[in-house]
Amino acid sequence: MRHIISMLMENESGALSRVAGLFSARGYNIQELTVAPTEDETVSRLTLVTEGNEQQIEQIVKHLNRLVDVVKVVDLTNGEHIERELLLIKLMATGAHREELKRLADIFRAQIVDVSATTYTIQLVGNKSKTDAFINALDASLILETVRSGALGIMRGEKRLQI
Amino acid sequence: MELTGAQIVVKFLEDEGVDHLWGYPGGAVLPIYDALDTTATKLQHILVRHEQAATHAADAYSRATGKPGLVLVTSGPGATNAITGLATAYMDSIPLIVITGQVPTGLIGLDAFQEVDTVGISRPIVKHNFLVRNVADLALTLKKAFYIATTGRPGPVLIDIPKDIQNAKTDYVYPESVSIRSYNVVTKGHSGQIRKAIDLMMTAERPVFYTGGGVVLGDASAQLTELVRTMGYPITQTLMGLGAFPASDAQSIGMLGMHGTYEANLAMHHCDVLIAIGARFDDRVTGNIEKFCPTAKIIHVDIDPASISKNVKVDVPIVGPVAQVLDDMLDMLRHEKRKPNAESLSAWWKQIDEWRSINCMAYQPSTKVIKPQSVIELLHKITEGDAYITSDVGQHQMWAAQYYPFDKPRRWINSGGLGTMGVGLPYAMGVKMAFPDAEVACVTGEGSIQMNIQELSTCLQYGLPVKIICLNNRFLGMVRQWQEFFYDRRYSMSYMDSLPDFVKLVEAYGHVGMKVTDPAELETKMREAFAMKDRLVFMDIQTDHTENVYPMIPAGAGQNEMILV
Repeated sequence: MRHIISMLMENESGALSRVAGLFSARGYNIQELTVAPTEDETVSRLTLVTEGNEQQIEQIVKHLNRLVDVVKVVDLTNGEHIERELLLIKLMATGAHREELKRLADIFRAQIVDVSATTYTIQLVGNKSKTDAFINALDASLILETVRSGALGIMRGEKRLQI
Repeated sequence: MELTGAQIVVKFLEDEGVDHLWGYPGGAVLPIYDALDTTATKLQHILVRHEQAATHAADAYSRATGKPGLVLVTSGPGATNAITGLATAYMDSIPLIVITGQVPTGLIGLDAFQEVDTVGISRPIVKHNFLVRNVADLALTLKKAFYIATTGRPGPVLIDIPKDIQNAKTDYVYPESVSIRSYNVVTKGHSGQIRKAIDLMMTAERPVFYTGGGVVLGDASAQLTELVRTMGYPITQTLMGLGAFPASDAQSIGMLGMHGTYEANLAMHHCDVLIAIGARFDDRVTGNIEKFCPTAKIIHVDIDPASISKNVKVDVPIVGPVAQVLDDMLDMLRHEKRKPNAESLSAWWKQIDEWRSINCMAYQPSTKVIKPQSVIELLHKITEGDAYITSDVGQHQMWAAQYYPFDKPRRWINSGGLGTMGVGLPYAMGVKMAFPDAEVACVTGEGSIQMNIQELSTCLQYGLPVKIICLNNRFLGMVRQWQEFFYDRRYSMSYMDSLPDFVKLVEAYGHVGMKVTDPAELETKMREAFAMKDRLVFMDIQTDHTENVYPMIPAGAGQNEMILV
């Protein structure tokens, strides 16, 4: 099953490679990964998506907790949460395609954020099924470049991941 | 007090109570070596002949004493040579602290002379590591290293210190304590879980204690012994756990696993309640995981939550320090009205005694050729079972574990997890340095001993009169055994050709060498060797090269599928 695991880790050089190294050393798979600073400059928020059965996920969380640089870990999949991903996609947009792509973007509430004589760059925010659906709706031959942020996640309600 | 980074390292180690430091100098640690010369008062540095041996010796020092072992090596090749020792310590959860020199911060990443990414290379085989970028952080980083290495599930920690940081100055105050927000150690097992474990133990009809190195490392030998005797259940110990419960006790049914006893493995296979304490269900213990303990409810006490249900799903997990958990358990048992089921327990013991009676460790004695098993039995007799025994890795290691019954913890020093050939001699050095008056013997083979034989020189320099019992069968015995069993006797590269004359070699290093070929003179010679209290003696014992380690569970088989002879 797909799990979104999110953690706060010390803002130290090498912290990210400890997490990545753990996954490769123990044969776990990272499907998506995103890291960025938080309101607390001493920690970074790392969110990753992995696949595994219950026992594998339990081991992953235990091993992450064992890393000295990892301050807090949560498996967001276990509770109500919001998942979002940012998609930036560059499309060949000429002739009749220009109007059609604009309409499709509107349907998905995506925005055209850059335009050239032959291309559109479109931005879309949503969960994975939405971004997947948008990409699937496009004529594949028009796609020039795809950039996805990987999933970000946050717990619903008052619950939060904090030190 | 303003000190250089190098002086801080030395001063800190002394303030922390470190007495021995194993190492080898080089360009990027020259300031620390200079500080050892000018600043050290109590700290003794032991100059090894290869950095790998420094890590093993410090590792053994820790295994024997329970204190962390300390290593100091230079950057680049100094650090890479220390890697095998780090991995060895990591696999067996040994608190080892390795300080490496690094090129100056301004040169990091520029492929400078003797530069490697030490922190990157060592990352997967340390509990944690640090690169010190500011001299102001140095003392606290050292304190953190000791704290992390020695608490929770212990393990090696590496501190990489660039040369300019060693030369930079700052005020030094010994940090009395440290707290790390992201590192929290469990200090107490959950009492509800301990209660559940007792309930399960009380209902058991065919119980077995299965205990490992965690009992030794957690200094819980006394508690374990009391618990096992209180319950009256059989106990089997892993290779790493030997000695935590006395092997000579009637409740001990020997080592389990690939080369464990028949009674231990069958008791595991047929038990209904398994009480695992400080053991990690290693593949050499479980055999085929699908066939492991098919009828057992499992209790597992371990300090490391990640060890629980890693290989085998357990029913009653208890996370906590073994000594504390067992103390609590004993305390609850003192107020317990229920007693173990005497009737079923007596039937269980009757069954175990039946398995025991086949005497799986029996071997064919000989008057023509020296049997390796007999050498270990003799070693036990001559040292009165009270020596520190280190071993290398291979057949001789298994025979030492099988035929030298250990009655005390921290007496059996070997590389169980990583299985590192070449540890035996440096291990003996580490133990002898810690306990100069104790008898220390290294059981090795002609293959393993050559992997760190240069340390004979260190032994002479520091007066370490260990006894080396080399079971020389002219083969990489364990490799040969597997080739005999599983590769149609194609002995590919397992024959040790062009062996040196060990007696001459050892004499060249300034020690005493003996070659023994006749079984009749083995005892006299070994007594002679141990009578030379202040000399290192190397016994080159020519043993039966056809001998195999039995019993054996072939890889992939279940615990009830042993080859007996």
